[in-house]
Amino acid sequence: MIAQFVKSREALLLAAIALLLALIASRFPSFVSPGNLVAVFNDTSTLILLALGQMVVILTRCIDLSVAANLALTGMVVAMLNTVAPGVPIVAILLIALTLGAVMGAINGLLVWKLEIPPIVVTLGTMTIYRGIIFLISGGEWINAHEMSDAFKQFPRAVVLGLPMLSWCAIFAVAAFVVLVNRTALGRAFFAVGGNPRAAVYTGIDVGRTQFFAFTLSGTLAGLTGYLWVSRFAVAYVDIAGGFELTVVAACVIGGISIAGGVGSVAGAVLGALFLGVINNALPVVNISPFWQLAISGAAIIVAVALNAQSSRTKGRVILKTAEQTA
Amino acid sequence: MFVSPDVSGATDAAASEPILSLSGITKTFPGVRALSDVSLELYPGQVTALVGENGAGKSTIVKVLTGIYRPDEGTISVDGQETRFPTARAASDAGITAIHQETVLFDELTVAENIFLGHAPRGRRGLIDWATMRRQASEILDRVGAEIDPSVLLKDLGIANKHLVAISRALSIDARVVIMDEPTASLSQKEIEELYELVEKLKADGKAILFISHKFDEIFRIADRYTVFRDGQHVGAGLMADITEDDLVRLMVGRSVDAIFPERSANPGDEILKVDGYCHPTEFDDISFDLRRGEILGFYGLVGAGRSEVMQALFGITRPSAGTVHVDGAPVEIHSTAAAVEAGIVYVPEDRGKQGAIIGLPIFQNVTLPSLSRTSRNGFIRLAEEFELTRKYTERLDLRAAALDQDVGNLSGGNQQKVVIAKWLATEPKIIILDEPTKGIDIGSKAAVHAFTAELAAQGLAVIMVSSEIPEVLGMSDRVIVMREGRMAAELSGDQMTPETLVRHAAGISEGRS
Repeated sequence: MIAQFVKSREALLLAAIALLLALIASRFPSFVSPGNLVAVFNDTSTLILLALGQMVVILTRCIDLSVAANLALTGMVVAMLNTVAPGVPIVAILLIALTLGAVMGAINGLLVWKLEIPPIVVTLGTMTIYRGIIFLISGGEWINAHEMSDAFKQFPRAVVLGLPMLSWCAIFAVAAFVVLVNRTALGRAFFAVGGNPRAAVYTGIDVGRTQFFAFTLSGTLAGLTGYLWVSRFAVAYVDIAGGFELTVVAACVIGGISIAGGVGSVAGAVLGALFLGVINNALPVVNISPFWQLAISGAAIIVAVALNAQSSRTKGRVILKTAEQTA
Repeated sequence: MFVSPDVSGATDAAASEPILSLSGITKTFPGVRALSDVSLELYPGQVTALVGENGAGKSTIVKVLTGIYRPDEGTISVDGQETRFPTARAASDAGITAIHQETVLFDELTVAENIFLGHAPRGRRGLIDWATMRRQASEILDRVGAEIDPSVLLKDLGIANKHLVAISRALSIDARVVIMDEPTASLSQKEIEELYELVEKLKADGKAILFISHKFDEIFRIADRYTVFRDGQHVGAGLMADITEDDLVRLMVGRSVDAIFPERSANPGDEILKVDGYCHPTEFDDISFDLRRGEILGFYGLVGAGRSEVMQALFGITRPSAGTVHVDGAPVEIHSTAAAVEAGIVYVPEDRGKQGAIIGLPIFQNVTLPSLSRTSRNGFIRLAEEFELTRKYTERLDLRAAALDQDVGNLSGGNQQKVVIAKWLATEPKIIILDEPTKGIDIGSKAAVHAFTAELAAQGLAVIMVSSEIPEVLGMSDRVIVMREGRMAAELSGDQMTPETLVRHAAGISEGRS
């Protein structure tokens, strides 16, 4: 069990993060102080939430490019609601955000399932549509901190047991996904559909339906993140989280979620997100320009994919042999 | 670049010497010996028919000839000169070309581009000389008698014209050996006649033709010579004029069947499955049969006869257009795979890699995939119960694996097959359909699958076994249904079950029909 873990992708990534922290700590010891690590984790929480949803979508051989637009639209809707009706309780706001996100995810899922449109095309389209709707409902106006109620802004910041609620949201989501992915039939179906769609059909699994659920989950988390994002930064406008969908996909890829589907783990997605989170928080401290930040993230993606390709190569050979044999 | 007309003058003199000869060719895959010390000779201006059952090694020899497989042993000689084909390009440079069952052409390119892809005529700066290419293409098309505009896209042509383009391509690379692998499989009668004319033209041009076909009438019509393979071995060759249909059938199948199959006391119980008037718009027509508890029903036929398609409809993968299914006397509507499993019908597909095992998931997760509702409590999977269920069925099948959480991809073909069978047995079915259960697996695993199949039947499970291996069908089945071109050609039992009758019905040989 331990030997298996040491060889795993997750262990490698954990070691990489530890090495990164050690390197930074050698020059800036305060970076690894407990308080700062909590801040880094809290800052990465939104990425973790989105990466979890993206993970199950990628497991089923799909991709969801609309998560950031979904986040921005949900964030705008709840922010506008808050300005109009400041009395609406946070629980209701959370439910609205989750539902709205789920609906937008389900739209993606339905288009992929029922119309069999390639996922990249569907979510590229809905990404633009969702952004466009934000402009329509807000008229391009910003909603600023002073227009939001205090309760609305306080929720992600409220500290419980030493951690802000934003971090707790991410932790709860991770726990729920560990159970969902490892202990439910739906979780098993994600792997089966991505690992071998034809075999999944022969086993009685509906491939399109499984993909629909993956998109709905991804959308639900994007909706939740939409409220958390807007309330945390206390601002909502058309372009928030612009391009963030690519960071989310990058976190998954770095975390060893195979873009070809069927391979990945919750731990991988979380560690991939944390890796990017540490880099993004550390580079300004080490005084490296944001341009290098992008280059380093990009290099990390390529290294991760190259490592994954290496580790799956032996497996590929076995498959080819059997294929040739039966040919 | 293509053959000049005066070549035909030289062919008669050279007819006694083969253009291409293979000798002592052996090719093994892990656990399977696909070809064992086979020889094959192809003569200029003559059609050699390659005959054999499914799995006799015909496709493998074509791949050796075209440089896709390298033989483990043996020699290939062209014009008496020993040579080797390390790549497909080398074989093509030596003048060998194959026209496959599914022609390998490019739909989105023009006819001329398809003909000259890879050896297009070049202009002065190394760029493609389109005018010359189109002119040469229409010259070649004229020679094969095809009225095709070389500048249309391939996808706009019918299947017969695509064949003509493939043949034109063969001519454009100055092919001397043309391999035709079941060229008439998807052609209409009129198109087949045109193909025969073309074969005659190629013969007159001095090409050596290897013609692979299951249809005896066409073999006797156009072939000059025959070569018979059986189980990867060369069992006979000669002139068509010297052999009768009966002798050729005997060469193909001739061997004793009783040897290795488990003893079974045929003692079928009540009727459990009744299929009546099953039809499909394109794949099969009017299929009716019944099946009893404890019975093994064999389905024999050539590749493409529609056997797997019937089974896929029974399992809810495709929808039949008409017909009824009764299980245990009650009508069932099979609108999905889940409904089939619910009705107690399970299907172990032919192509493990694509349809069976999910490579990447561990053994136990593969086995429990359709049974998750039984290993779960309140919607949560219980690992201990998964392992217990997996252990129960993999032990019955004698699965050889280091651990049940091992990746299925690391198992041998035979053991992967056992995982797939265990998966379905775990759903406690009434009827199990095994599609080519021993294809591509080693002898030891084959015997284990046979013994286990017999045991399942003895325990009262009804078994349908689709197989292209005559000894397996005859050795295992209580009754055999032979399919041909989507229809039931015969239902055989008892003394009628002989290799010869099976081949006759499957190939549609008219005389001796029972």
